[in-house]
Amino acid sequence: MNTTPTPTLELLGVSKSFGSVQALNGVDFEVRDGEVMALVGDNGAGKSTLIKCVAGINSIDSGEVLFDGKPVKITGPKDAAKLGIEVVYQDLALCDNLDVVQNMFLGRETHDPLFRLREAPMERRTAETLKSLSVTTIRSVRQPVATLSGGQRQSVAVARAVLWNNRVVFLDEPTAALGVAQTRQVLDLVRRLAEQGLAVVLVSHNLVDVFEVADRITVLRLGRSVAVYEKDKTNQQELVEAITFGAPAPDETGAAA
Amino acid sequence: MSTAAPAEVQAAAEDQNSLGAILRARWEAFKSGDVGSVPVIVGIIVITIFFTSRSSIFFSAVNFQNLIGQMAGVTVIAIGVVFVLLIGEIDLSIGFVSGVSGVVLAEMQMPGSGHQFPGLIAIAFAILTGATIGLAQGSIIAFIGVPSFVVTLAGLLVCQGVILQLLGTQGVIGIQDKQINDVSNYVLTPTTGWVMAIIFAFGLAAASFGAYFSRRRAHLPTGNIILTAVRVLFYGGLAFAAVAVCNRAQPRPGVPLVGLIIVFLVVLGAYIAGRTTFGRHVYAVGGNAEAARRSGINVKLIRILVFMISGAMAAMGGVILASRLNSIDLTAGGSTLLLDSISAAVIGGVSLFGGRGRVIGALFGGLIIGMIGNGLDLLGYTDAVKYITTGAILLAAVTLDTVARRRQAATGR
Repeated sequence: MNTTPTPTLELLGVSKSFGSVQALNGVDFEVRDGEVMALVGDNGAGKSTLIKCVAGINSIDSGEVLFDGKPVKITGPKDAAKLGIEVVYQDLALCDNLDVVQNMFLGRETHDPLFRLREAPMERRTAETLKSLSVTTIRSVRQPVATLSGGQRQSVAVARAVLWNNRVVFLDEPTAALGVAQTRQVLDLVRRLAEQGLAVVLVSHNLVDVFEVADRITVLRLGRSVAVYEKDKTNQQELVEAITFGAPAPDETGAAA
Repeated sequence: MSTAAPAEVQAAAEDQNSLGAILRARWEAFKSGDVGSVPVIVGIIVITIFFTSRSSIFFSAVNFQNLIGQMAGVTVIAIGVVFVLLIGEIDLSIGFVSGVSGVVLAEMQMPGSGHQFPGLIAIAFAILTGATIGLAQGSIIAFIGVPSFVVTLAGLLVCQGVILQLLGTQGVIGIQDKQINDVSNYVLTPTTGWVMAIIFAFGLAAASFGAYFSRRRAHLPTGNIILTAVRVLFYGGLAFAAVAVCNRAQPRPGVPLVGLIIVFLVVLGAYIAGRTTFGRHVYAVGGNAEAARRSGINVKLIRILVFMISGAMAAMGGVILASRLNSIDLTAGGSTLLLDSISAAVIGGVSLFGGRGRVIGALFGGLIIGMIGNGLDLLGYTDAVKYITTGAILLAAVTLDTVARRRQAATGR
């Protein structure tokens, strides 16, 4: 798991406030290539703000962001995309009226000098990417996303992140609205992303899901990072306590477990 | 199955390309609410049969020629409306934008005014006027976020006021410029008509078969070659039939130039909407603006460009209408022009909810509105009957759209 010496993405003492509300207060966070890092916390803990800061939708007030150990500034979605950070949002961010290929390439269509779309290569790469992730339930890549099931839609959104050779993928509550079988499908997909060498951040309320796929778990509480746990050295009860009451320092936790 | 290894894909593709499979898939889509062009084509046939049975003139060559002239203005404006509806907005100003552009056109060509330009330059000025109004309205909508309904309602009033102000004293400006009057009144020679039909048919065949073979080379599902051929033959045949009919019209045989303009603008619009990056982004903004934004699409720019297209198309429609009357007067852009144009797009299958519909719908819808007006005129009905009929058909079209949308939502997920 933690084979790379430097984290792919690292936040050091990041703060962000909206008016008088301190959404993030000196948060430390890291994720490495090939691991699934879960990010958990109660409502208002700052998970969404953290994602938005990394995605370039919000700017940070203070603190440092390191990518491959080098300090970077993310001031807009374009910066995040350039670094290879992709966020798969909770509300999916797919266009229902467009088909799978069109959604996969949305905003990054390949076209010739006359702005004419090159459909054939886009369709091929979509099919290849879905296959590489073992997404086999989608009958045709030319069917509108509106006709897909929730799990299939989530798979398309996740596959989109892979298509662009991203390094870090944030998944915001990917299983929130899904049934049992579809949750299974998406969690398998999350594992496969990490196996392909990506750094995956799973934001979730669902501790069962978290324990199933995560390698490590970061707990946020009231805008502060409380602790980082190795999945194998903790349990649900300890996590729940950390989420609700905060927790002792991470190294103590490791010793206790 | 949509796997990637060429051999597998080809096997799957062969399977998907059989006539039966395609018809089955189409039928499934139809049942789940994606009705395509079926209702509008059925409507055109029913209306044709109805009026032909009531009036001996309706199905004559000269009336067909006439119909092209009558539907041209509304159809061209409706092309712009399609784009606006596709991004889920509305443009209520198009009627009077076309009027203002007509006034600009007439002013620019006015003899002895000190600024008398050649017809084509005056037309360019008129279209620029429409695009500029679109730019202004689109910017307010995109940057400030005022609902398009209100912005363009204000635009409607302002444009109407501008027309009254500009024409106030004389009330009417005659157009003597030949180039301008030719837009709606010139008739192509029969030979030119045939040449145009041949060019159209060849272009269509090249585009359709080109797409077929390039997909085949890439080992992707291609659709069925027979269906492709049938489609090319159908639309190519329609073009030749239209030319044949127009060439038999007396006393001035030939295809009206304005008919050619309609076809050109529809093809251009369909190309932009269906084949270009910009068109893809238009559909994306209409489908889910937030998703489009997060995908890095400049949603504001798309909105502004779409309102510019709408303004430019309205201006082109205004040029056509002014050319038809050889003048512009205080009623320019008023009456039912706005509602007819929006109705044409909606009847042509473009969803009011954004993201669904095709540019060709403007042609179908414009044809239906034109046929109803033309037919009821021939039968001697009043405007009252015309309004009621058009209203009923519009209601039917919107109802169909809403039901289709509900069915799609129900069958999805």
